[in-house]
Amino acid sequence: MMRAMLIPRRLIMLGLFAAFVVWCAVSMDWSWLPRYAPLALDGLWVTIWLLVVTIVLGFMLAVPLGLAQAIGPWYLAVPARVFCTVIRGTPLLLQIWLLYYGLGSLFPQFPWIRESELWPYLRQAWPYAVLSLTLSYAGYEGEVLRGAFASVQKGQIEAARAFGMPRHKIFFRIWLPQAIRSALPTLGGETILQLKATPLVATITIVELYAVAGRVRQDTFIIYEPLLLLAAAYLVIAGIITLGFRWIEGRGPRMSR
Amino acid sequence: MSSAQSAPKAEANVADTAAHADAEEAIRVIDLHKSFGNLKVLKGVSLTAARGDVVAIIGGSGSGKSTMLRCINFLETPTSGRIIVGGEEVAMKPDGSPAKPRQIERIRTRLAMVFQSFNLWTHRTLLENVIEVPIHVLKIPKREATARAMELLERVGLAEKHASYPAFLSGGQQQRAAIARALAVDPSVMLFDEPTSALDPELVGEVLTVIRDLAAEGRTMILVTHEMKFAREVASHVIYLSEGRIEEEGPPEEVFGNPKSERLQQFLRTVA
Repeated sequence: MMRAMLIPRRLIMLGLFAAFVVWCAVSMDWSWLPRYAPLALDGLWVTIWLLVVTIVLGFMLAVPLGLAQAIGPWYLAVPARVFCTVIRGTPLLLQIWLLYYGLGSLFPQFPWIRESELWPYLRQAWPYAVLSLTLSYAGYEGEVLRGAFASVQKGQIEAARAFGMPRHKIFFRIWLPQAIRSALPTLGGETILQLKATPLVATITIVELYAVAGRVRQDTFIIYEPLLLLAAAYLVIAGIITLGFRWIEGRGPRMSR
Repeated sequence: MSSAQSAPKAEANVADTAAHADAEEAIRVIDLHKSFGNLKVLKGVSLTAARGDVVAIIGGSGSGKSTMLRCINFLETPTSGRIIVGGEEVAMKPDGSPAKPRQIERIRTRLAMVFQSFNLWTHRTLLENVIEVPIHVLKIPKREATARAMELLERVGLAEKHASYPAFLSGGQQQRAAIARALAVDPSVMLFDEPTSALDPELVGEVLTVIRDLAAEGRTMILVTHEMKFAREVASHVIYLSEGRIEEEGPPEEVFGNPKSERLQQFLRTVA
């Protein structure tokens, strides 16, 4: 790894990059940074948990969506397909607003909802952010998993059946692992897309990383510096996701040569 | 490896008679029919195998021999007929599908299948393939299952490959591993579905050698094959299927040495 970095053209690139960073640090205005650093860290935290929670929940929802489309009876397959098509065919921003302004303004009209224990949460913005991002990820991944389930060779399932494996074991021990395996590279890319979709929830008052940059601009009229830092932060998170998926892929079985 | 060794091969055909059937019978198929839509693939075939029998099913492509084998463990749903494994009849619904899922799962663990295309689980190493069913279906402790699996891999000459994934092995090695996986459940009947048809010619021998050893030690097997010389050598009973019917059957010397029907004579000429 270090050795590979020492090739001349790489050294030149690294030098240019370092020069750019130094130039940014010296000649640009970072005076706002100490004041907003705590808020930025809070925003970073919100971005990360939004991402993690919605991909975990979204994936759990995507498994039945993919399965229903791959082998389900029509009364499950059709709704699943419609759901995925609608989610993938409409802007995420629209989905977020429909849920937040639509559901969010519908709920208060029902006294039993207003009086329920969930109401303190339903009055806030984050449940709608989590819901919309989860549904979005589920819609895209449901489609990916549909293909992944269908791509597992019939003989793999047949062998499990022939040896008397019960259906749930066939699913959890043979079918699902092989489907996830073949979908992993796509899932990695989709997770980065999900990261880059999180700023949209800033429009429904969630203060995540992007919203902090907006706040800085509003308060101080400094535009480029927060945006540059924002870009760097997203780049680092995306890099970590990429490395994470690469690690998982490298660790697992080698199913083909 | 224990129970199946008891019945010597010479006695096998004697056990075909009803008198011996209960004690010695490993599997019995009665009047099996199978249609795919309007296409009648099996038009009433029956088969009995006593413990230690090696039944070879031969026939041209489309004769229904693979379908017959796959109906025995209900990978295909028979249209009608009866299947009795070790004296226990599989309960069937009127449409032919198994009536009790638990029963068919239990019976399947006694019928190990070896597939034409191996079907080793690609996300598991050879060892993991062999211990999968013993641990997760038969509930054998992992230590015990692993020790037994290593013995079986040793036996098929793949002990040093136990940590490899199937994709890194030749077809012959994969098929030998698949045989080890089948042996790991200590089946009362082994079902071979054209086990050498997907192999390169130079790899056929190593797989046949393993199957030959199993026959010699008294394993009960039903073998669908295109290898006529091999069938003649290892089988105790040969069934010739043609257009979904048993055209001719009997001991291999009879079926191969003195074919009576016109069709079988012609078939043997074309494959020889």
